[in-house]
Amino acid sequence: MRPVVVEQVARVAVGMSESPPTTADTRRLAEEARARVRFEEEALELSDQVYRVARRLAGSREEAEDLVQQTYERAFRSWKQYTAGTNLRAWLLRILTNLNIDRGRRQQRAPQTTPLENEAGDYFLYNKLESQTPGENPDEERVLERLSQDSIVDALSDVPHDFRDVVVLVDIGEFSYADAAQILDIPVGTVMSRLHRGRRILKKNLADKAVPA
Amino acid sequence: MTVDWCDKCEELMQPYLDGQLSDAEVAEAKHHLDLCSWCAKRYHFEERLRHFVRVAVSEPMRPELKAKLAALRTPLI
Repeated sequence: MRPVVVEQVARVAVGMSESPPTTADTRRLAEEARARVRFEEEALELSDQVYRVARRLAGSREEAEDLVQQTYERAFRSWKQYTAGTNLRAWLLRILTNLNIDRGRRQQRAPQTTPLENEAGDYFLYNKLESQTPGENPDEERVLERLSQDSIVDALSDVPHDFRDVVVLVDIGEFSYADAAQILDIPVGTVMSRLHRGRRILKKNLADKAVPA
Repeated sequence: MTVDWCDKCEELMQPYLDGQLSDAEVAEAKHHLDLCSWCAKRYHFEERLRHFVRVAVSEPMRPELKAKLAALRTPLI
């Protein structure tokens, strides 16, 4: 009597009554394996975009590479937490920013300084560049040419990280405000105010780096 | 009056380009931008600058990292 009861209980526990447990189990495992492969392929297809954002959230190329690798390790481990059909790129970036914040808090205890001294209006950069551009009434393209790629990279990395994170996600990663808010776990209103201030700080930094011709 | 409007347009520039203004504010800004090439130039510059920044700071991933990531995949049996 006893072994039969045990077998019945076991069958109920795996959610089946008549069919041999092995067939359904195999089918379920095969389906899971396929879903997993699909997830990993989709995630890897996004790696260039993930890296592009990571490179500017992190201080150096080495850090960015570590972060991206750790992100994929963690994503592949916890792939079941991802809901199929939702924004996978944002899900990956959420993992990445959390890893980056953990790392930043470990390395840098000092609070970020309030960048009030770095604030200027939205026209400040243009006004300064235009005044340094030779010729009467130069057009926007000639004014823009006064900026070098290096000066832009430096100016962005000098933006305090709370502001930089938002600028990088929205303006470099082209995430929506809502996605950026979810990734950074802050309200949408905070995303908008940090974005506006962050862009102004970036432009002020660029203006400070621009040298007269 | 003109100076006030230029200051206001400077304040509205980011939300305007982000599509975050109300219809009434958009109409106000557009009205001024049609009349003021000084402000229109600065709006156009901001649009170009955003694109320029995105391109300037984009650095391709090294193939070594790409290979490392591919190696993290679950092996197919």
